[in-house]
Amino acid sequence: MVGMPETIVIVGTGQAGVDTAAALRLAGHRGNIVMIGEEAAPPYSRPPLTKAYLKGEANAADLLLRSEEFYPREKIDLRTGVTAVAIDPSTHEVLLSDGERLRYDRLVLATGGRARRLDRPELAHARNVHTLRNLEDASALRARLVPGARAVILGGGYVGLEIAAVARQAAVEVTVLEAAPRVLARVTSPTVSEFFQRIHGEEGVRIVTNARVDAFVTDASGDVAAVRPAGVAPLIEADFLLVGIGITPRVELAEAAGLHVDDGIVVDELMRTSADDIFAVGDVARHPDPRHGGLRRLESVPSASAQARCVAAALTGGPRVPDAPPWFWSDQYDLKLQAAGLAVGHDRVISRGDPRVGRQLTVLYLRGDVVVAADVVNRPADFAAAKRLIAAGHAVDSRRLADPDVPLKSFIASRVATTA
Amino acid sequence: MPELVYVSPSGERRSVQAEPGSSVMQTAIDNLVPGIVGECGGEMSCATCHVYVAEEWFDRLPPISADEEGMLEVTAAEPSKFSRLSCQLRCVQETDGLVVHIPEEQ
Repeated sequence: MVGMPETIVIVGTGQAGVDTAAALRLAGHRGNIVMIGEEAAPPYSRPPLTKAYLKGEANAADLLLRSEEFYPREKIDLRTGVTAVAIDPSTHEVLLSDGERLRYDRLVLATGGRARRLDRPELAHARNVHTLRNLEDASALRARLVPGARAVILGGGYVGLEIAAVARQAAVEVTVLEAAPRVLARVTSPTVSEFFQRIHGEEGVRIVTNARVDAFVTDASGDVAAVRPAGVAPLIEADFLLVGIGITPRVELAEAAGLHVDDGIVVDELMRTSADDIFAVGDVARHPDPRHGGLRRLESVPSASAQARCVAAALTGGPRVPDAPPWFWSDQYDLKLQAAGLAVGHDRVISRGDPRVGRQLTVLYLRGDVVVAADVVNRPADFAAAKRLIAAGHAVDSRRLADPDVPLKSFIASRVATTA
Repeated sequence: MPELVYVSPSGERRSVQAEPGSSVMQTAIDNLVPGIVGECGGEMSCATCHVYVAEEWFDRLPPISADEEGMLEVTAAEPSKFSRLSCQLRCVQETDGLVVHIPEEQ
């Protein structure tokens, strides 16, 4: 099929979906591109929803992934406010909620994830329990951030902590309840967790780790009024609750179509699913991890973009996209956390500087003398250097790594010198 | 609408009409100009929208913030004294005709 105009249908209009459409045009695809998005809003960027948008510093128009003129100019048939309800791989058709049967030559699933909710019967009628995944969620939460309001945030991950920071800056009283022994436990080391717990404490956030909720106390209208932690701790009164306990990949369409699904849509290194002519990208795709082995699902904007370029190359017969380590960022107060690589399978952790003081931090994760991951706060030069060290994957003189006066950049340079 | 000229590493010039107020990075993304990535969407977290501003334009642009300066130290292509992050440059009437050169890598 390569070289012939064909119809590519993309289900999902988040970062992965939109970047796939753009990458296809950049790679020279001349056939039809149809995008199906269930939200009525034109495609937008999600990271600012817990940052600039929540603070009121950006409006919906500022979040657009591409200008509205982009789609007609590039002949991308963008359909918003419509849902894909079924896929028939045998006839190469997608059934839409408006009754249309859309024929595809190739199908790309970029269905993303949905915020995980609490399955508690006492919350069935509560109107003040929020999650944050889309623009509507963020607008609803933004309206709650008034001075003196009392927020209880369940979950001390990136989303929970970013919202805690914005809420504090709006003079909201914030309690974060984290079930694990430390915040950010799923994504980083104890050193970095300790750093963020200290900062949030200094900013006036109350963080409770190892937290268990016995009950949610509701008022006469069914809204949450307080949270009762397990044990002897006192009731925590709340004007609203924010549940930030991760996402569930939206695999239902793929599963119903008989695709291989296992905590995400399982794909190969070219993002191909188990069905002919169907691909998956973004938060929903569980793909081989070239660095650590096994399958992995990444919830990251840069990874979504990289996968979009990868699938566009596969669909147009272009050269394979080189693998790059994943990276992530999180903004909290004046802190900019940038993380590169995955802190898994390392045998050493090196801190440059003291996590117990100040508002800068660099933590490197090593396997032997090879840097495999890094968490960097407010030191962009360290971050960019670390990213390159991780991508290069060569051994460094790790005894000097802990010295913050030795620029990380010099470890890249020394490699160049030794190979020259 | 302010005009903006992107010059590719091979010297090819591409002129586009920018949305007033849009950034030089976003304008590249919206017009599928290759070589400007903008992974972080303009949050100064990635340095993948690095450009070399044409010399005659450099002093006419707003100053470089401390954050931008930090990121400019770590671009993939060697920075020059005319380096900027294009997410920090707004297309306005005063920038009509602005010329930026795209580096070999981001």
